[in-house]
Amino acid sequence: MADTMKLQVICPDRIFYEGEVSMVELTTTEGEIGIYPRHIPLTCILAPGVMAITENAEMKIAALHSGFVQILPEKVTVMAEVAEWPDEIDLDRARAAQERAQERMKTKDNSTDIARAETALQRAIARINTLK
Amino acid sequence: MASMRDIKRRKSSIQSTQQITKAMKLTSTVKLQKARAKAEQSKPYFDFMYETVHAMLAKSGNINHPYLQVKEEGKTAIVVITSNRGLAGGYNSNIIKLVTGFEIPKKQLVLYTVGSKGRDALQRKGYEISKDYSDIVENPEYTDAGVISKDLLDAFEKGEIKEIYLAYTFFKNTVSHEPRRIKLLPVEMDKDAMERDHVPMNYEPEEEEALDMIIPKYITSIVYGALMQAVASENGARMQAMDSATSNAEEMIDNLSLLYNRARQGSITQELTEIIAGAEAIS
Repeated sequence: MADTMKLQVICPDRIFYEGEVSMVELTTTEGEIGIYPRHIPLTCILAPGVMAITENAEMKIAALHSGFVQILPEKVTVMAEVAEWPDEIDLDRARAAQERAQERMKTKDNSTDIARAETALQRAIARINTLK
Repeated sequence: MASMRDIKRRKSSIQSTQQITKAMKLTSTVKLQKARAKAEQSKPYFDFMYETVHAMLAKSGNINHPYLQVKEEGKTAIVVITSNRGLAGGYNSNIIKLVTGFEIPKKQLVLYTVGSKGRDALQRKGYEISKDYSDIVENPEYTDAGVISKDLLDAFEKGEIKEIYLAYTFFKNTVSHEPRRIKLLPVEMDKDAMERDHVPMNYEPEEEEALDMIIPKYITSIVYGALMQAVASENGARMQAMDSATSNAEEMIDNLSLLYNRARQGSITQELTEIIAGAEAIS
């Protein structure tokens, strides 16, 4: 088997995932990245998005919202404020949140509202994409 | 010697107090188990966050960031974590002592309190309370810690406060809890970490921007971790206090039963002597 690296996904209230993986894909503020073992040391800020873990041949998907990731050659640590497996996501709620956020962005009031609506929208989209 | 009736009354009053302390001990044991599990689950995040931020700062030692600069002007903020309820032994008073024993004079301090016991006691002593978050103590969530850290950072950026400390009770194990004080901002550089780590780290976005986003998360997670530790300690302290109260009550009841029996025996003897004396007087 090709080489693997250690992946840890830590949330404030639990250790979300821990294991040996061959690849992990993440969404950062700079764009989507895929990490293989022996990556250069890198620290990135996470944007709401889908995380895909490739564990040997198996693939696992989860939604991540905000946090950061520290990448070392043999170890990747994701510090996520919120992380969810697909079965923990309520699709109807996410859809409703998406609509609400879009609605709010159309009716422009002031700048702070827009920023909040944007992150809410990103989260909702991340949740929906995770379920796809 | 106290009369039999007095002793009996005293004994039953202690017995009902003991029932209360026993019940409180049981409930705090259950709460402790929950709080401890939560504290243990939050620990990896807390520890890793602490390590990462310190390692980051150690590697980028000469960075010029507002969160890292030592300022001259402004007050010192302390986040004081106590409980809303008493009967927890020295839990609250230890934290209050930690605050009153602070080397910085009272006038230069502003407090952000979590827990009404600490808030009330410190307010009486004349401390300035900036904000109070006592309603979250029962069941602190990560978002609650986020609210606190946002308020702190806002005040810090405005220059109202120059440093931030956190006073909480560290949960070592079920029987030992330690009042602790840690400095949140400006982040203190760890000299050991600077020498230990040699991995050159890259940042995306740039270091300054990354720090801008990571430091608020760092403060939030430290506050959250401290809240978890404090809740576990509170229940641990209460369980211990109630346990010793229950056993003290047991001891008092034992002593009183002895006294009661002695008094009962004494009164029987006295009655007997009176009867015999009466009978002798008649014959």
